Amino acid sequence: MSEAIVQLRGVSKTYTRGKQSVEVLKALDLEVAKGDFLALMGPSGSGKTTLLNLIGGLDQPSKGEVVVAGERIEKLKSSALAAWRARNVGFVFQFYNLMPMLSAQKNVELPLLLTKLSASERARRAQIALTVVGLAERASHKPNELSGGQAQRVAIARALVADPTLLICDEPTGDLDRKTADEILGLLQTLNREHGKTIVMVTHDPKAAEFATHQVHMDKGALAIEPAH
Amino acid sequence: MKYFPLLWATLWRKKTRTWLTLFSLVAAFLLLGLLQAANSVFNTGGQNLGANLLITQARVSFTSPLPLRLLPQIEAVPGIEAVSFSQFFGGVYKDPKNFFPQFAVQPERWLKTFTECTLPAEQAAAWKNSRTAAIAGKQLAERFGWKVGDRIPLVSQIFPKKDGSRAWEFDLVGIFDNTSADSCPRMGNMYVRYDYFDEARLFGQGGAGIYVLRIADPDRAEAIGRQIDQMFENSPDETKTQTEKEFSLNFVRQIGNLSLILNSILGAVFFTILLLTGNTMSQAVRERIPELAVLKTLGFTNGGVLGLVIAESLLLCVIGGLVGMGLANVVMGVLAHAPVRMPPLKADTHVWMIALSSMFGVGLLVGLPPALKAMRLSIVDGLSGR
Repeated sequence: MSEAIVQLRGVSKTYTRGKQSVEVLKALDLEVAKGDFLALMGPSGSGKTTLLNLIGGLDQPSKGEVVVAGERIEKLKSSALAAWRARNVGFVFQFYNLMPMLSAQKNVELPLLLTKLSASERARRAQIALTVVGLAERASHKPNELSGGQAQRVAIARALVADPTLLICDEPTGDLDRKTADEILGLLQTLNREHGKTIVMVTHDPKAAEFATHQVHMDKGALAIEPAH
Repeated sequence: MKYFPLLWATLWRKKTRTWLTLFSLVAAFLLLGLLQAANSVFNTGGQNLGANLLITQARVSFTSPLPLRLLPQIEAVPGIEAVSFSQFFGGVYKDPKNFFPQFAVQPERWLKTFTECTLPAEQAAAWKNSRTAAIAGKQLAERFGWKVGDRIPLVSQIFPKKDGSRAWEFDLVGIFDNTSADSCPRMGNMYVRYDYFDEARLFGQGGAGIYVLRIADPDRAEAIGRQIDQMFENSPDETKTQTEKEFSLNFVRQIGNLSLILNSILGAVFFTILLLTGNTMSQAVRERIPELAVLKTLGFTNGGVLGLVIAESLLLCVIGGLVGMGLANVVMGVLAHAPVRMPPLKADTHVWMIALSSMFGVGLLVGLPPALKAMRLSIVDGLSGR
């Protein structure tokens, strides 16, 4: 097995709402190898998105260790964690989460605002990322002028532009028709195979999961089937 | 600067709301500009009034005349270069709306005392030679289109003539101007001859409202004033001597505490603006919770998001403030040339300092609560729209 880029050891996550505590993840262990394309599957409420949030440094575990790209991220303070996310992770969401008032180009440039790159270099890199996802000619369009598939491509370009180690995708095709979904999944597959990006994707859709190299099933906060290596 | 396009785009996310908020800010700062300029005029009343002019009036009130027999004693005080006396005439020209200050003075004394105003020699001679002669400031002459040789009818609201008529007529023989740039603060006044006026008026002969003293050394103003007032202490004609600037301010203060009135109005306006803009900003941020969560996901720190929201609020207030102050300056310019009787308003450095601090103060106050909310926002809650 190649080097693990994600390692979760004994990770638990408990949410407290009022007087009620709900254990969403239960002492979970997981490893994702560098260059893998992992599909996290399972019914609603199984803890997939929570697990994805922990891997992406969007949330902190209640117990356990989360090591991603060689960093114990559960130990990082808020600002260090933000900087770590900017360097290491690209996020793709189900509903694209683009800034509606910015053009596709400016949306893709957003992560680069946190770097010391010049304006022209930011623009150049955003243009390259848009070219990679096949949307260079729609750079000046705003999200409401794009179809769902195009908006998701822009979101993928935004996730790619800072050249992160890991792509985190939360139901990236959940809002798309089959044909468009397959195009997006094909694009993710290309990024994994040809650009070596490690991808962790949450999906309900077994057809979408087929694009991944590995699948992990979750149920009630625990792994139901170990990934095949 | 690299965040400016993001800020600008965010600001105009809801155009109608931004325009309406901007309009209210522009209106508030327009009002602030005008009222603070007025406040400044009242507080610094007659900044260009000569520092070496003192006014001696009756201790009770300047409406009580002082007898002219005090003149030799006042003139004898060391340090005084010239003394003029004047009686407020209180007339209107053709229409009660056409009010402007007129005073009865002695030409020779006026010319020696008010050296910051200049009158051509031949016009000064004409003034001295004719009892019904009068002179007017250039600004006043321009306001009514007067020229030398015109006959000016005035109806005095205070002094009837001995025949009971309140209608007076004067011959305009001279138009005085600034000696140097803006040196003469009396350009809206008219001066008639005291001897003619005193002889013709029905009552009050031998009295003058105030004495105007030109002193050699402005640093001795207080000492000279004290000496004069001590001279007439416990006499039937007790005096109060002050600089012309203090006199002018006290005159304005008779209307009431204008500063308090104006600041109270502005306070109410800005309190309303604070609530209005604060509500708008909070609403704008509330609607953008998922977007703010996305920014944090991309690597923006909590402090960075706080800064972005505050910067957006400041940008909105500064734009509204600058446009409002710009409009206030335009309105002041228009008023300066309008045929209305009011002191010239000007947004000086003091007014601009108040305006700028208000822009930043309002921007910070309305931006801080939503910015803190954005800073504390949990990414997971924000992405799920909670």
